[in-house]
This record gives sequence, C-alpha cells and structure tokens, in this order.
Amino acid sequence: MSIDMERKPLIEVVDLTKKFHKLTALDSISINIYEGDVVFVVGPSGSGKSTFLRCLNRLEESTGGNILFEGINITDEKCDIDKHRQKMGMVFQQFNLFPHMTIMKNLTIGPIKLQNKSKEEAEAEAMRLLERVGLADRAQAYPSQLSGGQKQRIAIVRALCMKPDVMLFDEPTSALDPEMVGEVLAVMRDLAEDKMTMVVVTHEMGFAKEVANRVIFMADGKIVEENEPKAFFDHPQTERLQSFLSKVL
Amino acid sequence: MFGKLTDSFLLNFVKEERWKYITDGLIITLEVTFFAVIVGIFLGFLVAMVRSTYDKTGKLKVLNALCNLYLTVIRGTPVVVQLLITYFVIFGSVNIDKVLVAVIAFGINSGAYVAEIIRSGIMSVDNGQFEAGRSLGFSYFKTMLYIILPQALKNVLPALANEFIVLLKETSVAGYIALQDLTKAGDIIRSRTYDAFMPLIVVALIYLLMVMLFNYFVKQLERRLRNSEH
Repeated sequence: MSIDMERKPLIEVVDLTKKFHKLTALDSISINIYEGDVVFVVGPSGSGKSTFLRCLNRLEESTGGNILFEGINITDEKCDIDKHRQKMGMVFQQFNLFPHMTIMKNLTIGPIKLQNKSKEEAEAEAMRLLERVGLADRAQAYPSQLSGGQKQRIAIVRALCMKPDVMLFDEPTSALDPEMVGEVLAVMRDLAEDKMTMVVVTHEMGFAKEVANRVIFMADGKIVEENEPKAFFDHPQTERLQSFLSKVL
Repeated sequence: MFGKLTDSFLLNFVKEERWKYITDGLIITLEVTFFAVIVGIFLGFLVAMVRSTYDKTGKLKVLNALCNLYLTVIRGTPVVVQLLITYFVIFGSVNIDKVLVAVIAFGINSGAYVAEIIRSGIMSVDNGQFEAGRSLGFSYFKTMLYIILPQALKNVLPALANEFIVLLKETSVAGYIALQDLTKAGDIIRSRTYDAFMPLIVVALIYLLMVMLFNYFVKQLERRLRNSEH
C-alpha cells in the first residue's frame, strides 16, 4: 500500500458501516485519503462503492463508524454538515444541473448564496473555469440545450466554483453516449494533473490505470484490495479481483 | 324581441339604481376571493412544506399528523357546511365582519387543496436535484427555496390556476351567511323585479368574463416560464 506517513489525511474513514434494514452495504470500511490523492474505486455493481462515496459527504447517512474530514468528525450529529459539504464537490451520474437556471446561474448560485461572493466576482470565476473546459460560449444557455458531455463538464465546473478541497465523482461517465466520454475524462485528467484530491467511482478501467495513484477494489461492502494502478491491474493479488478484472478488461 | 330585452335591462339594472347591487356584490366577491387566495397560498405552502419534509426526511411527525387531520376534515366536508360552521359556531357569539368570516372559511378550505397541489409539485422534482443542492452545501430549507420550489411551482401552475378559478366560483355560496356577493346581488334583483333571466344571466357572464381574463394572464405567465423548458 502506498501510504505516505508524513502527510496528514484529508479524509480519514474509520470503520464506516452502512446497513439498509438487514442488508449490509458497507462493512466496516477504513481508509485514509491524502491531499493530492486520486483514488479510484472499482468493483461489481452492488459492491457498495457508490454508497461509500455518498457516505463521504453524508448524502447517505452511515449507521456506524466515523469520517474525519480535515480533522473534524463530520458524522457527528452536532457538526454543521452544510459547511463541510461546500469543501467537498460532488459530480453525479445524472449531472443534476438545475434546469430552471442558465449555466451561469447554475455555477454562481452556490458561491453567491453560500460564500457571500459578489455577483461579479462569482461570474468572473465561473467564466474562467468555463473557458478551461471550453464551454465559455454556453454561459447563457439552459441545461436542456446542452449535450450530455457538456452537461457533465458544467456539473464539474459547478462543483469547482465552490473551491472544494476534494472532488467526489459518482460514475461520472456512465450516463453518457460513448463519443462524449472522452471530453469528460479530459477535464478530470486535467484536474488530477492540477493536484486536486479526487475520489472516483467508475467503470472506466483504462482511465483508472492512467490517472489514479491508488485503486481500490470493493466487493460485498468491503475493501478487498488496494494498490497503485500498475500493480493493481497487472498483478492482482486476490482471487476476487482476478476474476473481476478478467470479466471487465 | 330586442325591445323586450332593453326593457328588461332597464327594469333590472337602471331602475332604482339596481346596478349598484351588482357592482357592490362584485367588489365583495373579488375581495373575498383575493384574500382567501392569499390565506390559501400561505396555509397551502406551510402544510405542503411540513408534509414533504416528513415524506423526504421522516421529521416533523406530529405536525405532519396535524396536517393530515386538516386535509382529511377540509376535503371531506362541503365548503358550504364549513362556511356555516365558521359563521354560526366558531364566530357565533362574536360580532364579526362577514367578509372576514368568508375569507377565513374559503381560505382555510382552499389551503387544503393548494397544499396537495404544491406537495405533488415538490414530489415531481427529481430527487437528484435535491441531492445536487445539498451537495453544494445548501441547507434543506435553502435547497427547497432556490432549487426545488421554483421547479415545483412551474410544474403545478396550471393546477394552481384551476384551484383559484374554482375558489372564485365557490365564493358564490357566501349568500348562505347573508353576505351580499355577486351571486346574492343577482338573486336580490330577481326577487325585486320577479325577472330571473336578466339578472342571473348577467351575473353568470360576469363570472365567465373574470375567469377568461384570469386564464389569459395565466397563459402569459406559463409562456414566459416555458423559456427554461427541460
């Protein structure tokens, strides 16, 4: 395992457990995520990888264990989760852009309403990021006028506008037509090169191998194997991972 | 034929300035409708928020039960009976303006229907919208306000407009507590002139005109909101 002992973890997950009635979706997961980490989480459907990601910003409430984000226990009932969520950008499979707002409004509503930015300041920052993903000309469009790939790039920019310390991606390319996957992956690659801390749940194995610095294999609500990408894909240790990779690669 | 109609018109509206019944009644009808709509929207919003918060989060259990009771009682009894109870039972021993009684009774009645319309609108918005709002750091309340409600209201605008049309016409039973609204005005003229056709048809036409005018404005509003159609 490639854990650098000198760095302080950005996210510290301790014995995270999630039960839906009798079903155990997450079974005592522990992992440290460090600043600059690009962690890819792969595994068969139903393995709990999306649930794990959604527990990190408490969109899904865990039923046991703790999550420390920047040293603060965010699973504590008393903590103001809304404040911490601002620092955890999230990108969804279904984009979830706000259809009643222009792209510019989608991007600036958070910074303006939650971070007391002026409209000018928020729009300037949004424009800078739009240019970076090549969508500056769509600022005044509505989400319905965009392609899936464009929507997802906007969704990434919307999360970035809050200046998060970590970005969570929940199968960001799974709802896209194949020819649009590349443009979204390009933006994510760009982010990773920029040293953004990322946790990515995905089925894009080639992309994981190329961009990740750590890959995690989940099955039955547990972390079965973790490694740096080359070893993970070329020399899988466990039988579960070997059989999984033989099916998807 | 035409001469007969003119005579009837003169008898029913011009003689003894009977048209004043109509204008005074119209003002009462509009007053009652306008303020009842406001009460209805206010109550409806409140109840819809409680109910959908309960549906989404499981919180506000007691308030939700109260709201359910309110919806069951109001939607399960006729509005005329509610009006009579409000006037003769609840405010039976106090001297109170009848317009106010009507506003309260019709407002409370409309609130129940508005609540269910708005709640259905909230539930029609995809849960992903809610999660996107929360993930940016918006509180439950702010997510509702900025993200869910604007979409919900757009979806239910036709149903809400319909509810207000129904309310406008329902106020015509205000005569039960001897409030002289538009309908009662027509009826008073009928009893004075023994002519049923002219006053009642004119009253009906005035209602029709108001509803058509209201519909026109709603259509305009819908067209403007359609800009962001998704």
